Amino acid sequence: MKGMSIIVKKICQILAPVIFLFGLYVVAHGHLTPGGGFAGGVIMASSFIFQIIAYGSILPKLRHEEHGLEFLESGAILGFLVIAALGLILSGTSIFFAEFLNKGTAGNLISAGFIPIENIVVGAEVCAGISIIFMALAVFKDEVTK
Amino acid sequence: MILFILCFVLFMVGLYGVIIKRNLIKIIIGVAIMEYSVNLFLILIGYVNEGNVPILPLPEALVNKPFVDPLPQALVLTAIVIGLATTAMLLSIAIRLYRKYGTFNIRKINSLKG
Amino acid sequence: MEIYLMIMLVLMIMGSIFSLSAKDLLSAVISYGIVGFGLVISFLLLQAPDLAIVQVVVEVVTLIIMIAVIKNTTHEEQKKDFNFSAIIYFAAIAFFAVTFFVVFDKMTGMLTNFGDHFTRMRMATAYINGVHETGAANLVTGIVFDFRAYDTLGEATVLFTAVVGVLTVLRIKGKKDEK
Repeated sequence: MKGMSIIVKKICQILAPVIFLFGLYVVAHGHLTPGGGFAGGVIMASSFIFQIIAYGSILPKLRHEEHGLEFLESGAILGFLVIAALGLILSGTSIFFAEFLNKGTAGNLISAGFIPIENIVVGAEVCAGISIIFMALAVFKDEVTK
Repeated sequence: MILFILCFVLFMVGLYGVIIKRNLIKIIIGVAIMEYSVNLFLILIGYVNEGNVPILPLPEALVNKPFVDPLPQALVLTAIVIGLATTAMLLSIAIRLYRKYGTFNIRKINSLKG
Repeated sequence: MEIYLMIMLVLMIMGSIFSLSAKDLLSAVISYGIVGFGLVISFLLLQAPDLAIVQVVVEVVTLIIMIAVIKNTTHEEQKKDFNFSAIIYFAAIAFFAVTFFVVFDKMTGMLTNFGDHFTRMRMATAYINGVHETGAANLVTGIVFDFRAYDTLGEATVLFTAVVGVLTVLRIKGKKDEK
Protein backbone atom coordinates (compact mmCIF):
# COMPACT_ATOMS: atom_id res chain seq x y z
CA MET A 1 0.00 0.00 0.00
CA LYS A 2 1.53 3.32 -1.08
CA GLY A 3 1.49 6.36 1.15
CA MET A 4 -0.39 9.56 0.36
CA SER A 5 0.83 13.11 -0.31
CA ILE A 6 2.80 15.25 2.16
CA ILE A 7 -0.29 17.24 3.15
CA VAL A 8 -2.13 14.12 4.27
CA LYS A 9 0.96 12.91 6.11
CA LYS A 10 1.33 16.19 7.97
CA ILE A 11 -2.34 16.28 8.96
CA CYS A 12 -2.09 12.67 10.10
CA GLN A 13 0.91 13.59 12.24
CA ILE A 14 -1.19 16.20 14.02
CA LEU A 15 -4.52 14.37 14.24
CA ALA A 16 -3.63 10.74 14.96
CA PRO A 17 -2.34 11.38 18.52
CA VAL A 18 -5.46 13.44 19.24
CA ILE A 19 -7.72 10.59 18.08
CA PHE A 20 -5.75 8.14 20.21
CA LEU A 21 -6.05 10.45 23.23
CA PHE A 22 -9.80 10.74 22.69
CA GLY A 23 -10.03 6.95 22.63
CA LEU A 24 -8.14 6.78 25.93
CA TYR A 25 -10.53 9.38 27.40
CA VAL A 26 -13.58 7.38 26.30
CA VAL A 27 -12.11 4.22 27.85
CA ALA A 28 -11.13 5.91 31.12
CA HIS A 29 -14.57 7.52 31.58
CA GLY A 30 -16.51 4.45 30.48
CA HIS A 31 -18.20 4.00 33.85
CA LEU A 32 -19.40 7.62 33.99
CA THR A 33 -20.29 8.75 30.45
CA PRO A 34 -21.48 7.01 27.26
CA GLY A 35 -18.70 4.94 25.78
CA GLY A 36 -16.52 2.39 27.44
CA GLY A 37 -14.05 -0.27 26.43
CA PHE A 38 -15.70 -1.25 23.15
CA ALA A 39 -16.18 2.25 21.75
CA GLY A 40 -12.80 3.51 22.97
CA GLY A 41 -11.01 0.45 21.60
CA VAL A 42 -12.43 0.94 18.12
CA ILE A 43 -11.57 4.67 18.23
CA MET A 44 -7.94 3.87 19.13
CA ALA A 45 -7.81 1.26 16.36
CA SER A 46 -9.11 3.85 13.89
CA SER A 47 -6.13 6.04 14.81
CA PHE A 48 -3.78 3.17 13.82
CA ILE A 49 -5.74 2.60 10.60
CA PHE A 50 -5.45 6.31 9.77
CA GLN A 51 -1.67 6.12 10.13
CA ILE A 52 -1.39 3.02 7.94
CA ILE A 53 -3.50 4.61 5.19
CA ALA A 54 -1.67 7.94 5.29
CA TYR A 55 1.90 6.68 5.53
CA GLY A 56 1.60 3.50 3.49
CA SER A 57 2.82 0.17 4.73
CA ILE A 58 6.46 -0.71 5.26
CA LEU A 59 6.25 -4.47 5.24
CA PRO A 60 8.83 -5.66 7.82
CA LYS A 61 7.85 -2.94 10.28
CA LEU A 62 4.16 -3.75 9.91
CA ARG A 63 4.80 -7.43 10.53
CA HIS A 64 6.76 -6.57 13.64
CA GLU A 65 3.89 -4.43 14.94
CA GLU A 66 1.40 -7.16 14.16
CA HIS A 67 3.43 -9.51 16.34
CA GLY A 68 3.39 -7.07 19.24
CA LEU A 69 -0.35 -6.47 18.93
CA GLU A 70 -1.01 -10.22 18.98
CA PHE A 71 0.76 -10.39 22.34
CA LEU A 72 -1.28 -7.41 23.56
CA GLU A 73 -4.56 -9.05 22.55
CA SER A 74 -3.89 -12.43 24.12
CA GLY A 75 -2.55 -10.71 27.22
CA ALA A 76 -5.71 -8.61 27.50
CA ILE A 77 -7.97 -11.68 27.45
CA LEU A 78 -5.71 -13.28 30.05
CA GLY A 79 -6.00 -10.11 32.13
CA PHE A 80 -9.80 -10.31 31.98
CA LEU A 81 -9.64 -13.87 33.30
CA VAL A 82 -7.17 -12.83 36.00
CA ILE A 83 -9.62 -10.15 37.19
CA ALA A 84 -12.35 -12.78 37.34
CA ALA A 85 -10.10 -15.12 39.33
CA LEU A 86 -9.01 -12.31 41.69
CA GLY A 87 -12.67 -11.74 42.45
CA LEU A 88 -12.93 -15.42 43.30
CA ILE A 89 -9.88 -15.38 45.59
CA LEU A 90 -9.90 -11.98 47.28
CA SER A 91 -13.59 -11.38 47.90
CA GLY A 92 -14.07 -14.40 50.14
CA THR A 93 -17.11 -15.62 48.19
CA SER A 94 -17.05 -18.44 45.67
CA ILE A 95 -18.19 -16.38 42.67
CA PHE A 96 -16.30 -15.41 39.52
CA PHE A 97 -16.29 -11.66 38.87
CA ALA A 98 -17.07 -10.85 42.51
CA GLU A 99 -16.29 -7.32 43.63
CA PHE A 100 -12.95 -7.11 45.45
CA LEU A 101 -12.23 -3.39 45.44
CA ASN A 102 -13.82 -0.44 47.20
CA LYS A 103 -16.89 0.76 45.33
CA GLY A 104 -16.67 4.43 46.20
CA THR A 105 -19.48 6.85 45.42
CA ALA A 106 -21.11 6.60 42.00
CA GLY A 107 -20.10 9.53 39.81
CA ASN A 108 -16.47 9.94 40.91
CA LEU A 109 -13.65 9.06 38.52
CA ILE A 110 -12.17 6.54 40.99
CA SER A 111 -15.23 4.47 41.73
CA ALA A 112 -17.16 1.38 40.65
CA GLY A 113 -14.58 -1.14 41.91
CA PHE A 114 -12.96 -3.18 39.16
CA ILE A 115 -15.14 -1.89 36.29
CA PRO A 116 -12.58 0.76 35.13
CA ILE A 117 -9.83 -1.90 35.06
CA GLU A 118 -12.06 -4.18 32.99
CA ASN A 119 -12.80 -1.26 30.69
CA ILE A 120 -9.08 -0.72 30.09
CA VAL A 121 -8.46 -4.43 29.46
CA VAL A 122 -11.34 -4.73 27.00
CA GLY A 123 -10.29 -1.50 25.30
CA ALA A 124 -6.80 -2.88 24.74
CA GLU A 125 -8.24 -6.13 23.41
CA VAL A 126 -10.63 -4.50 20.92
CA CYS A 127 -7.98 -1.98 19.78
CA ALA A 128 -5.44 -4.74 19.13
CA GLY A 129 -8.00 -6.97 17.39
CA ILE A 130 -9.30 -4.38 14.92
CA SER A 131 -5.78 -3.08 14.17
CA ILE A 132 -4.54 -6.62 13.50
CA ILE A 133 -7.38 -7.23 11.05
CA PHE A 134 -6.54 -4.11 9.02
CA MET A 135 -2.79 -4.78 9.16
CA ALA A 136 -3.33 -8.33 7.94
CA LEU A 137 -5.26 -6.96 4.94
CA ALA A 138 -2.47 -4.45 4.16
CA VAL A 139 0.27 -7.09 4.51
CA PHE A 140 -1.69 -9.49 2.30
CA LYS A 141 -2.04 -6.92 -0.46
CA ASP A 142 1.67 -6.07 -0.37
CA GLU A 143 2.70 -9.71 -0.43
CA VAL A 144 0.44 -10.44 -3.38
CA THR A 145 1.54 -7.49 -5.50
CA LYS A 146 5.22 -7.99 -4.73
CA MET B 1 -46.39 -2.08 15.43
CA ILE B 2 -45.62 -0.44 12.09
CA LEU B 3 -42.05 0.05 13.29
CA PHE B 4 -41.67 -3.65 14.02
CA ILE B 5 -42.99 -4.50 10.55
CA LEU B 6 -40.60 -2.03 8.90
CA CYS B 7 -37.75 -3.67 10.83
CA PHE B 8 -38.94 -7.04 9.51
CA VAL B 9 -38.96 -5.64 5.96
CA LEU B 10 -35.33 -4.54 6.43
CA PHE B 11 -34.47 -8.07 7.57
CA MET B 12 -36.18 -9.55 4.50
CA VAL B 13 -34.24 -7.18 2.21
CA GLY B 14 -31.03 -8.55 3.72
CA LEU B 15 -32.24 -12.13 3.26
CA TYR B 16 -33.10 -11.35 -0.37
CA GLY B 17 -29.53 -10.17 -0.86
CA VAL B 18 -28.10 -13.32 0.68
CA ILE B 19 -30.21 -15.72 -1.40
CA ILE B 20 -30.58 -14.03 -4.79
CA LYS B 21 -27.31 -12.15 -5.33
CA ARG B 22 -24.34 -13.98 -6.78
CA ASN B 23 -21.63 -11.49 -5.91
CA LEU B 24 -19.75 -12.32 -2.71
CA ILE B 25 -19.53 -8.66 -1.62
CA LYS B 26 -23.29 -8.25 -2.09
CA ILE B 27 -23.88 -11.36 0.02
CA ILE B 28 -21.71 -9.95 2.81
CA ILE B 29 -23.63 -6.65 2.65
CA GLY B 30 -26.86 -8.66 2.95
CA VAL B 31 -25.61 -10.44 6.07
CA ALA B 32 -24.59 -7.12 7.63
CA ILE B 33 -28.02 -5.60 6.88
CA MET B 34 -29.77 -8.53 8.58
CA GLU B 35 -27.56 -8.05 11.62
CA TYR B 36 -28.35 -4.31 11.79
CA SER B 37 -32.09 -4.93 11.58
CA VAL B 38 -31.97 -7.42 14.46
CA ASN B 39 -29.97 -4.95 16.59
CA LEU B 40 -32.50 -2.21 15.88
CA PHE B 41 -35.41 -4.53 16.70
CA LEU B 42 -33.96 -5.36 20.13
CA ILE B 43 -33.53 -1.68 20.96
CA LEU B 44 -37.06 -0.87 19.71
CA ILE B 45 -38.48 -3.42 22.16
CA GLY B 46 -36.65 -1.86 25.10
CA TYR B 47 -37.83 1.71 24.48
CA VAL B 48 -40.09 3.45 26.99
CA ASN B 49 -42.11 6.51 26.07
CA GLU B 50 -40.30 9.68 27.19
CA GLY B 51 -37.66 7.53 28.84
CA ASN B 52 -34.36 8.73 30.20
CA VAL B 53 -30.91 7.77 28.98
CA PRO B 54 -29.67 5.08 31.42
CA ILE B 55 -26.89 7.20 32.94
CA LEU B 56 -27.41 8.13 36.50
CA PRO B 57 -26.83 11.63 37.88
CA LEU B 58 -30.08 13.05 36.53
CA PRO B 59 -30.87 16.75 36.14
CA GLU B 60 -33.71 18.01 38.33
CA ALA B 61 -36.29 18.23 35.55
CA LEU B 62 -36.02 14.56 34.57
CA VAL B 63 -36.04 12.81 37.95
CA ASN B 64 -39.63 11.59 37.76
CA LYS B 65 -39.43 10.01 34.32
CA PRO B 66 -38.61 6.30 33.84
CA PHE B 67 -35.43 4.89 32.35
CA VAL B 68 -35.35 3.02 29.06
CA ASP B 69 -34.46 -0.67 29.46
CA PRO B 70 -30.65 -0.91 29.75
CA LEU B 71 -30.47 -4.70 29.23
CA PRO B 72 -31.00 -4.85 25.41
CA GLN B 73 -28.54 -1.97 25.07
CA ALA B 74 -25.88 -3.96 26.94
CA LEU B 75 -26.48 -7.04 24.78
CA VAL B 76 -26.43 -5.11 21.48
CA LEU B 77 -23.27 -3.21 22.52
CA THR B 78 -21.25 -6.43 22.38
CA ALA B 79 -23.11 -7.70 19.31
CA ILE B 80 -22.06 -4.65 17.23
CA VAL B 81 -18.35 -5.22 17.81
CA ILE B 82 -18.71 -8.96 17.10
CA GLY B 83 -20.49 -7.98 13.88
CA LEU B 84 -17.46 -5.93 12.78
CA ALA B 85 -15.12 -8.85 13.44
CA THR B 86 -17.29 -11.39 11.60
CA THR B 87 -17.74 -9.03 8.64
CA ALA B 88 -13.96 -8.64 8.43
CA MET B 89 -13.60 -12.43 8.59
CA LEU B 90 -16.09 -12.90 5.72
CA LEU B 91 -14.32 -10.21 3.68
CA SER B 92 -10.94 -11.89 4.17
CA ILE B 93 -12.40 -15.18 2.93
CA ALA B 94 -13.85 -13.32 -0.09
CA ILE B 95 -10.51 -11.70 -0.96
CA ARG B 96 -8.78 -15.07 -0.64
CA LEU B 97 -11.33 -16.66 -3.02
CA TYR B 98 -10.82 -13.81 -5.48
CA ARG B 99 -7.07 -14.47 -5.51
CA LYS B 100 -7.67 -18.14 -6.27
CA TYR B 101 -10.44 -17.92 -8.88
CA GLY B 102 -10.26 -14.35 -10.20
CA THR B 103 -13.97 -13.63 -9.73
CA PHE B 104 -16.53 -12.79 -7.05
CA ASN B 105 -19.30 -14.74 -8.78
CA ILE B 106 -20.17 -17.70 -6.56
CA ARG B 107 -21.89 -19.67 -9.34
CA LYS B 108 -18.69 -19.50 -11.37
CA ILE B 109 -16.60 -20.47 -8.34
CA ASN B 110 -18.95 -23.39 -7.79
CA SER B 111 -18.48 -24.65 -11.35
CA LEU B 112 -14.69 -24.20 -11.22
CA LYS B 113 -14.17 -26.65 -8.37
CA GLY B 114 -10.66 -27.77 -7.52
CA MET C 1 -41.00 10.47 17.88
CA GLU C 2 -42.46 7.44 16.16
CA ILE C 3 -42.79 9.28 12.87
CA TYR C 4 -39.09 10.23 12.83
CA LEU C 5 -38.14 6.60 13.44
CA MET C 6 -40.42 5.53 10.58
CA ILE C 7 -38.76 8.02 8.25
CA MET C 8 -35.31 6.75 9.27
CA LEU C 9 -36.35 3.12 8.76
CA VAL C 10 -37.83 3.82 5.32
CA LEU C 11 -34.61 5.61 4.40
CA MET C 12 -32.60 2.61 5.61
CA ILE C 13 -34.76 0.20 3.58
CA MET C 14 -34.34 2.35 0.47
CA GLY C 15 -30.59 2.51 1.03
CA SER C 16 -30.31 -1.24 1.46
CA ILE C 17 -32.36 -1.94 -1.68
CA PHE C 18 -30.21 0.45 -3.68
CA SER C 19 -27.08 -1.05 -2.19
CA LEU C 20 -28.11 -4.57 -3.23
CA SER C 21 -29.11 -3.54 -6.76
CA ALA C 22 -26.23 -1.15 -7.59
CA LYS C 23 -24.27 -1.85 -10.77
CA ASP C 24 -20.89 -0.92 -9.30
CA LEU C 25 -19.56 -2.48 -6.12
CA LEU C 26 -18.11 0.81 -4.85
CA SER C 27 -21.50 2.53 -4.98
CA ALA C 28 -23.02 -0.56 -3.35
CA VAL C 29 -20.64 -0.23 -0.40
CA ILE C 30 -21.17 3.51 -0.08
CA SER C 31 -24.95 3.22 -0.09
CA TYR C 32 -24.59 0.46 2.49
CA GLY C 33 -23.24 3.27 4.67
CA ILE C 34 -26.75 4.81 4.57
CA VAL C 35 -28.05 1.83 6.55
CA GLY C 36 -25.35 2.09 9.21
CA PHE C 37 -25.58 5.84 9.72
CA GLY C 38 -29.38 5.68 9.71
CA LEU C 39 -29.00 3.15 12.49
CA VAL C 40 -26.84 5.65 14.41
CA ILE C 41 -29.58 8.29 14.24
CA SER C 42 -32.21 5.74 15.26
CA PHE C 43 -30.12 4.80 18.32
CA LEU C 44 -29.85 8.44 19.28
CA LEU C 45 -33.63 8.87 18.95
CA LEU C 46 -34.13 5.72 21.05
CA GLN C 47 -32.05 7.13 23.95
CA ALA C 48 -29.05 4.85 23.49
CA PRO C 49 -25.95 7.09 23.19
CA ASP C 50 -23.57 4.23 24.10
CA LEU C 51 -24.70 2.29 21.07
CA ALA C 52 -24.63 5.37 18.85
CA ILE C 53 -20.95 6.01 19.66
CA VAL C 54 -19.97 2.38 19.04
CA GLN C 55 -22.04 2.14 15.86
CA VAL C 56 -20.68 5.31 14.26
CA VAL C 57 -17.06 4.23 14.76
CA VAL C 58 -17.71 0.62 13.74
CA GLU C 59 -19.54 1.76 10.60
CA VAL C 60 -16.63 3.95 9.52
CA VAL C 61 -14.12 1.13 10.09
CA THR C 62 -16.34 -1.36 8.22
CA LEU C 63 -16.60 0.99 5.24
CA ILE C 64 -12.82 1.50 5.22
CA ILE C 65 -12.17 -2.26 5.27
CA MET C 66 -14.78 -2.92 2.54
CA ILE C 67 -13.38 -0.17 0.29
CA ALA C 68 -9.85 -1.49 0.87
CA VAL C 69 -10.99 -4.96 -0.22
CA ILE C 70 -12.77 -3.62 -3.32
CA LYS C 71 -9.81 -1.46 -4.37
CA ASN C 72 -7.60 -4.55 -4.10
CA THR C 73 -9.87 -6.66 -6.29
CA THR C 74 -12.55 -5.51 -8.72
CA HIS C 75 -15.39 -3.01 -9.03
CA GLU C 76 -17.48 -4.96 -11.45
CA GLU C 77 -20.83 -6.52 -10.71
CA GLN C 78 -21.89 -9.46 -12.85
CA LYS C 79 -24.48 -9.00 -15.54
CA LYS C 80 -27.89 -10.42 -14.87
CA ASP C 81 -28.85 -13.59 -16.70
CA PHE C 82 -32.25 -14.93 -15.78
CA ASN C 83 -32.53 -18.66 -16.02
CA PHE C 84 -34.61 -21.38 -14.46
CA SER C 85 -32.75 -21.48 -11.14
CA ALA C 86 -33.63 -17.84 -10.46
CA ILE C 87 -37.30 -18.84 -10.22
CA ILE C 88 -36.41 -21.41 -7.56
CA TYR C 89 -34.55 -18.78 -5.54
CA PHE C 90 -37.47 -16.36 -5.74
CA ALA C 91 -39.78 -19.15 -4.59
CA ALA C 92 -37.44 -19.77 -1.67
CA ILE C 93 -37.52 -16.06 -0.79
CA ALA C 94 -41.33 -16.05 -0.88
CA PHE C 95 -41.48 -19.17 1.29
CA PHE C 96 -39.08 -17.68 3.85
CA ALA C 97 -40.97 -14.38 3.86
CA VAL C 98 -44.34 -16.01 4.54
CA THR C 99 -42.98 -18.37 7.21
CA PHE C 100 -41.00 -15.69 9.00
CA PHE C 101 -43.93 -13.29 8.88
CA VAL C 102 -46.28 -15.80 10.52
CA VAL C 103 -43.72 -16.44 13.29
CA PHE C 104 -43.02 -12.71 13.60
CA ASP C 105 -46.71 -11.87 13.86
CA LYS C 106 -47.24 -14.38 16.67
CA MET C 107 -44.09 -13.16 18.41
CA THR C 108 -44.84 -9.43 18.31
CA GLY C 109 -48.40 -10.20 19.40
CA MET C 110 -46.91 -11.30 22.73
CA LEU C 111 -44.89 -8.08 23.06
CA THR C 112 -46.23 -4.80 24.32
CA ASN C 113 -46.76 -1.95 21.89
CA PHE C 114 -43.90 0.34 21.01
CA GLY C 115 -43.11 2.52 24.01
CA ASP C 116 -45.25 0.66 26.55
CA HIS C 117 -42.40 -1.53 27.71
CA PHE C 118 -42.50 0.05 31.18
CA THR C 119 -45.19 -2.36 32.34
CA ARG C 120 -42.91 -5.38 32.08
CA MET C 121 -39.55 -4.08 33.27
CA ARG C 122 -39.13 -6.08 36.50
CA MET C 123 -35.67 -7.33 35.56
CA ALA C 124 -34.56 -3.95 34.26
CA THR C 125 -35.73 -2.36 37.49
CA ALA C 126 -33.45 -4.73 39.39
CA TYR C 127 -30.56 -3.65 37.17
CA ILE C 128 -31.40 0.05 37.57
CA ASN C 129 -31.46 -0.26 41.36
CA GLY C 130 -28.24 -2.30 41.10
CA VAL C 131 -26.21 0.88 40.78
CA HIS C 132 -25.71 0.63 44.54
CA GLU C 133 -24.11 -2.78 44.03
CA THR C 134 -21.81 -1.89 41.12
CA GLY C 135 -21.14 1.79 41.82
CA ALA C 136 -21.04 2.64 38.09
CA ALA C 137 -23.01 5.73 37.09
CA ASN C 138 -23.42 4.42 33.53
CA LEU C 139 -25.97 1.63 33.94
CA VAL C 140 -25.11 -0.04 30.62
CA THR C 141 -21.46 -0.38 31.64
CA GLY C 142 -22.56 -1.74 34.98
CA ILE C 143 -24.54 -4.48 33.23
CA VAL C 144 -21.87 -5.29 30.64
CA PHE C 145 -18.97 -5.56 33.07
CA ASP C 146 -20.56 -6.67 36.30
CA PHE C 147 -23.94 -8.38 36.10
CA ARG C 148 -23.22 -9.97 32.73
CA ALA C 149 -19.44 -10.15 32.75
CA TYR C 150 -19.60 -13.72 31.48
CA ASP C 151 -21.21 -12.43 28.26
CA THR C 152 -18.37 -9.98 27.85
CA LEU C 153 -15.79 -12.72 28.40
CA GLY C 154 -17.49 -14.77 25.69
CA GLU C 155 -17.55 -11.75 23.38
CA ALA C 156 -13.84 -11.18 23.91
CA THR C 157 -13.22 -14.82 23.03
CA VAL C 158 -15.30 -14.55 19.85
CA LEU C 159 -13.37 -11.43 18.81
CA PHE C 160 -10.08 -13.23 19.45
CA THR C 161 -11.25 -16.21 17.41
CA ALA C 162 -12.27 -13.96 14.51
CA VAL C 163 -8.86 -12.24 14.54
CA VAL C 164 -7.03 -15.56 14.57
CA GLY C 165 -9.29 -16.70 11.72
CA VAL C 166 -8.45 -13.60 9.64
CA LEU C 167 -4.73 -14.13 10.24
CA THR C 168 -5.00 -17.79 9.25
CA VAL C 169 -6.97 -17.13 6.08
CA LEU C 170 -4.78 -14.26 4.91
CA ARG C 171 -1.41 -15.90 5.54
CA ILE C 172 0.49 -16.65 2.35
CA LYS C 173 3.82 -17.90 3.62
CA GLY C 174 4.09 -20.45 6.38
CA LYS C 175 5.85 -19.66 9.59
CA LYS C 176 8.91 -21.71 8.57
CA ASP C 177 9.71 -19.47 5.58
CA GLU C 178 9.98 -16.33 7.66
CA LYS C 179 13.64 -16.70 8.52
